[in-house]
Amino acid sequence: MTVYLAAFYVYPLLRNIDLSVHNYTVRSFVQGGASFSGLDNFRAVVSNPTFGPALTNTVVFTLSSLVFQFAIGLALAVFFQQHFPLSGTLRALFLVPWLLPLIVSSSTWAWMLNSDSGVVNYVLHLVGVEPVHWLTSPQWSLISVIIANVWIGIPFNLVVLYSGLQAIPAEVHEAAAIDGANGWQRFWRVTFPLLRPVSAITLLLGLVYTLKVFDIIWIMTKGGPGDSSTTLTTWSYRKSFGSLLPQFGPGAAISNLLILLALVAGLLYVRSAGKEVDA
Amino acid sequence: MRTFVTAPWRAGVAATAASLVLGLAACSGGSSSSSPSSSGTAAGSAAGGSGSTFVVWDPYPQFDATSAWWKLVDSCGASAGVKVKHTAFDTTDLTNKALLAAQQGNSPDILIVDNPVVSTLAEAGALTTTEETKADVSSFSPNLLAAGQSGGKTYGVPIGANTLALYYNKKVLSAAGVDAASVKDWASLNAALAKVKAAGKKGITFSAIGTEEGSFQFLPWFWGSGANLTKLDSPEAVAALTLWTDWVKQGLAPNSVINNTQTTSWQEFASGDYAFGENGTWQIANAKKSGLDWGVIPIPAMKGGNAPAPTGGEFVTMPVQKDTAKYPVATKVLACLTSGDNALTTDTTLSYIGASAAVQTKQSANPDLSVWVDAVKAAKGRTSDDLGIKYPKISEPMWGAFQAALSGSKAPQAALAAAAAAAASALQ
Repeated sequence: MTVYLAAFYVYPLLRNIDLSVHNYTVRSFVQGGASFSGLDNFRAVVSNPTFGPALTNTVVFTLSSLVFQFAIGLALAVFFQQHFPLSGTLRALFLVPWLLPLIVSSSTWAWMLNSDSGVVNYVLHLVGVEPVHWLTSPQWSLISVIIANVWIGIPFNLVVLYSGLQAIPAEVHEAAAIDGANGWQRFWRVTFPLLRPVSAITLLLGLVYTLKVFDIIWIMTKGGPGDSSTTLTTWSYRKSFGSLLPQFGPGAAISNLLILLALVAGLLYVRSAGKEVDA
Repeated sequence: MRTFVTAPWRAGVAATAASLVLGLAACSGGSSSSSPSSSGTAAGSAAGGSGSTFVVWDPYPQFDATSAWWKLVDSCGASAGVKVKHTAFDTTDLTNKALLAAQQGNSPDILIVDNPVVSTLAEAGALTTTEETKADVSSFSPNLLAAGQSGGKTYGVPIGANTLALYYNKKVLSAAGVDAASVKDWASLNAALAKVKAAGKKGITFSAIGTEEGSFQFLPWFWGSGANLTKLDSPEAVAALTLWTDWVKQGLAPNSVINNTQTTSWQEFASGDYAFGENGTWQIANAKKSGLDWGVIPIPAMKGGNAPAPTGGEFVTMPVQKDTAKYPVATKVLACLTSGDNALTTDTTLSYIGASAAVQTKQSANPDLSVWVDAVKAAKGRTSDDLGIKYPKISEPMWGAFQAALSGSKAPQAALAAAAAAAASALQ
């Protein structure tokens, strides 16, 4: 176990930090002797004109994906709690996005959102709306990848929240109903608070998964046009592998910033969970 | 209600958070280094000289052991007295694999890589020069060989070349009353596109995606305007970008070009609605299968004549080995793969144009290929003009510029000015 952790977690992490604080060129990557450059790579990354948009896009992408995935997932979970004919089949259908390989679902979204031949614009055309350049205009590209990511993320939220709901004893609802609480009140006053631990873990998992989303964006827009849908992950990849000349140092620096972001979010979360108990 | 949030649960969340974040670190850590596994197994056994295993890497995963290409490699190995261990990689994967192998001292004996990568690997000190290995480069066309040369040294030989030209749809053009032969410069091309649009068809499709692929497609127009990669914001460069931008603005090219790869652009052309499609030699086979009545013309330069298009295609290189005694065998295999009839066989298999005058002359006899032979003769490597590893640092801001201009977030002039500044700071 320790060997496994060391080989597959500690070493890559240390190596990534090592890459980010050395001035690696392709020559020194192969021949050795990269000079120690301290925080130069980080400084270069932060002062790069792409940094601002990439950070903003990462935050917008992550938060809006989380909010919509969670809200829709929860609504569906509550909906499926009432058993009705075919509810099992329907629920299984909602899992399809989860089962599809990301390359398939992302390519399908890219195809549907194509400006000229996509089915979405065709439907818009039928109802008299001007075509939208979903993937090729700076105003829409980020929204398009968020839509695709939300669609892919709903099943995960649905499944976890649904099983969370199952764990809430029916008696609590009955007691609230007897006390005169209507459906809306029962949801907000009983279900939602009782679901809190499950919600919290769902959101935390969602946060980490979403922060590192790369494939969907890369397949659909390559982070473009320009930097309009570039996030820290796609930018890191572009630096390290996306051009003919790999820039491992800055690429590693960006991914370290990303790790830091996830760590901070995780710690904030743990602290807030702690406060809640004390309250 | 909240009191049941107990300590063990909290600890669980904290542990999950920590391990997930570490998992994330492991993923991004992959961006750098560590896994020598595949390169290790592929090259690990190549220790001895002739008689032992001889390792060849190429970026042609579409071929397997039964293909003519693998058989040729095997027979070249056999005639040099070695048994070949052949591994194919995805082309984008191969650069990193080659760098890692060089770092760990287990490079293949022969490495076949995309031409603009040669200067990157040469800069890394991973490749031998033809002077060291005494490989004969005299028969190769200088414009093609230049992509593998920097600082007066040659780091490999081209196996063949492909490049870009304009495919046209005869049916669409004749319906619009356009003769393809009338397209001689940008003005006549614009006139043709306007007529096609007036006839209710679509003009031209190309790939302007924000990657090296987009830069590859932009270069014929960029160089065809007379612009030079060392000055991205010259008036000529602005003219080239304005040409592309106006096509999209005026509806002569679809908005989807911003996100098109060369494959999706080909699919648009193959739909039969487009008059022109900018694409490469490698689509000839698809064109024949498409059922379209098609032809090919060279990409015109701004003021007439053929624009220099960038060369695609791979170089056969010999990576640096600890045991220099292995070089003579590798030199023999390299010569075998790239000379005379073998080169013609290879280039036919790969749909490439030959890299030597002898092969090009033979291919000119084929009417399907003669336009492409001319296009390759006019073409030049992206890393030519002694740009070497400066090219990637110019290409990235360049694709940023055409993405910004085509999507309307910047005017061509402003986009190129920003790109020139970014390239200048990257080159410092």
